[in-house]
Amino acid sequence: MSTDAINNAHSAKHAGGLLRWLSTTNHKDIGTLYMWFSFAMFLFAGALAMLIRAELFEPGLQLMRPAFFNQLTTMHGLIMIFGAIMPAFVGFANWQIPLMIGAPDMAFPRLNNWSFWLLPAAASLLLVSFFVPGGSISGGWTMYPPLYIQGGVAYDMTIFSLHIMGLSSIIGSINIITTILNLRAPGMTLMKMPMFVWTWLITAFLLISAMPVLASALTMLLTDRHFGTSFFNAAGGGDPVMFQHIFWFFGHPEVYIMILPAFGILSTVIPTFSRKPLFGYHSMVYATAAIALLSFIVWAHHMFTVGMPVAGQLFFMYSTMLISIPTGVKVFNWIATMWRGSLTFETPMLFAVAVICLFTIGGFSGLVLAIVPVDIQLQDTYYVVAHFHYVLFSGAAMAIMAGVYYWLPKWTGHMYNETLGKWHFWLTTIAFNITFFPMHFTGLAGMPRRIPDYALQFADFNMLSSIGAFVLGASQLLFLYTVVKCIRGGSHAGDNPWEGADTLEWTLSSPPPYHSFETPPTVK
Amino acid sequence: MATQQARQKRVAAHYYLPAPSYWPVIGSLALLILAIGFVLLLQQVAAGQYIMLTGGAILIYMVYGWFDAVIRESVLGLFNDQVDASYRWGMCWFIFSEIMFFFALFGALFYARNFAVPWLGKATLLWPNFVATWPTAGPGMPDPFTPMAAWGIPAINTLILLTSGATVTWAHWGLKKNNRVQLKAGLALTILLGVIFIVLQIHEYTSADFSIRTGIYGTTFFILTGFHGAHVTLGAIMLSVILLRAFAGHFTPEKHFAFEAVTWYWHFVDVVWLLLFIFVYWI
Repeated sequence: MSTDAINNAHSAKHAGGLLRWLSTTNHKDIGTLYMWFSFAMFLFAGALAMLIRAELFEPGLQLMRPAFFNQLTTMHGLIMIFGAIMPAFVGFANWQIPLMIGAPDMAFPRLNNWSFWLLPAAASLLLVSFFVPGGSISGGWTMYPPLYIQGGVAYDMTIFSLHIMGLSSIIGSINIITTILNLRAPGMTLMKMPMFVWTWLITAFLLISAMPVLASALTMLLTDRHFGTSFFNAAGGGDPVMFQHIFWFFGHPEVYIMILPAFGILSTVIPTFSRKPLFGYHSMVYATAAIALLSFIVWAHHMFTVGMPVAGQLFFMYSTMLISIPTGVKVFNWIATMWRGSLTFETPMLFAVAVICLFTIGGFSGLVLAIVPVDIQLQDTYYVVAHFHYVLFSGAAMAIMAGVYYWLPKWTGHMYNETLGKWHFWLTTIAFNITFFPMHFTGLAGMPRRIPDYALQFADFNMLSSIGAFVLGASQLLFLYTVVKCIRGGSHAGDNPWEGADTLEWTLSSPPPYHSFETPPTVK
Repeated sequence: MATQQARQKRVAAHYYLPAPSYWPVIGSLALLILAIGFVLLLQQVAAGQYIMLTGGAILIYMVYGWFDAVIRESVLGLFNDQVDASYRWGMCWFIFSEIMFFFALFGALFYARNFAVPWLGKATLLWPNFVATWPTAGPGMPDPFTPMAAWGIPAINTLILLTSGATVTWAHWGLKKNNRVQLKAGLALTILLGVIFIVLQIHEYTSADFSIRTGIYGTTFFILTGFHGAHVTLGAIMLSVILLRAFAGHFTPEKHFAFEAVTWYWHFVDVVWLLLFIFVYWI
């Protein structure tokens, strides 16, 4: 028997149609499932954002009751974070990590299937909660008590939905971290790993640390709601502020969970199109680790206005500012990678360069918000909305787009249409800035967030934001079209369409064989 | 003979990749049904409990079937050393996630004791008569209660769990020496101690002078010890599976990762109890 019966048995006999996807244990299939799930959620939560911007197009109440507006802002945040951005990065991890470290698949292929198929279960609980009596949760994605304790049936559904998503994240991260630690090709030491793999190793550690804390906080909300506990009830000796501490102890690492893999994608794309190795690889690794560790001691900067001792405010202010140092190292290294490189600007590189510029703006507004006296003014204004959309949309989401264009030729075997890609890029970037840049001004002028109406002096900037948002939303349909077109056909990509790419996945065919590396390659 | 050798060679050279499996999807369905049932139950819908039971039954079926498949593969010798290392890493990180879960629960206890309650004591405008002490049921729940004493049943339970840590190690020594009697006796003794612990814990709960509704003390007491008790129960079930497998002739002195994984879990539960004993019962 020349081929390995045990290992190849199932490649020949996997089910067809829907059953293939339900039962698959293949990292590429599961990666594809993650990417499509994420894209569907991205479009759905984006549609919610369109409704928000439609209501805010003009001052006054036009289209909806304020209670529904609150549901929209809350669910837009929850679904974008847990449904769109996190699953997209796990999709990249599934597709790319085995390819980049020379492994046949993930360490636990069946658990890998489970970590994906938990997501539709969780998402259905969350989406159906729009239609139960009282509608979905509406007090913001952060779920603060006492409001959260008082809500209706949707509040329980959201708790269980997030429990299941947390389970999915923990199982997925255990799988990723084990794959990276145990399945690297011979010769690939930790310090020879591609930067994308490094960022995911650290992200997986953050997920395993942070998600159980969220599970704890959700459980406390549930028992406070139904079983008479007093965690967040001052009359019983508890404290609603305690929830915020526990939530943000999860929530701040969560922020880096959503940006570190984006840094990994940037650190892969930029050297390729600069035709130079990544500048300062070691410092990049250490900076990633430093950001991850610091993320555990900055959580209270989300709650400067709830009341805490001055010593606490100072500590969290300085620790937050400290994060700008490793982040600055990263931005410096990306720019130094491009310095005197032979640059070309294909779509992935355009997105990557835009992320450097726009994410840096978000980083700077983050520094502004870290300053306690300034933050007390800006808490819950549109300045905060501008800040986190610059880091989460033009940081995380646009890095995802860079990654999609970069690896689509590998995944599908076809080149995407470069003209359409560039159209998508320019429309997205320009529309994004038209949408969110004015929010800096409305926020500084005092416009509060999560309110369906606003004072007349904010009318012009809001109309501008809304127009930008509609263009931004529509241009994502172009993204969908470009991706589908690439999957269905296009010029042949070859093993390596990018001249400067040197990671292991480009040594395989496009698309790669069913079991990526049957025999591990040897890394020098 | 030749084919078996050939297979052994292939196994050594390749990382085992399982065939497509429906267990994960069944598990997702089970959790979804369980969650829907729980939501309905919390809304006082009577059907909720039956839906929950259905979900729970499917979940148990899934866990049984999935582990059955993995154990069969292990007995067939499909797992090489690299697969074994994956399982070790996986179990370590799983226990780490459990540590973080309890870390948050302990964090809530420390926050309440060191910040929330003292601050309420200083809120003289709001609660003029409230004196910040621990244990407390909070300013709005003035009923007096007797907190749980550390040096009765809890101290005995500490002794029981520490002893069970020793008996499970004794069982491990038996396994390594290929002394199957010592292996089975040690495991049975450990399970027995675990069950005694749970029974004593139930006795403590039923005879307590306070409930989960007794302010922050009752809250932290029952939630922390309750989640720990659930973990002891799960650990005892896992040990029982290992005992049954020992009777079925599984495990060799060299390869017995399932046994070790359950031991790690048992020791983790043990350490959590020590912290509970110190911070919930004692000081």
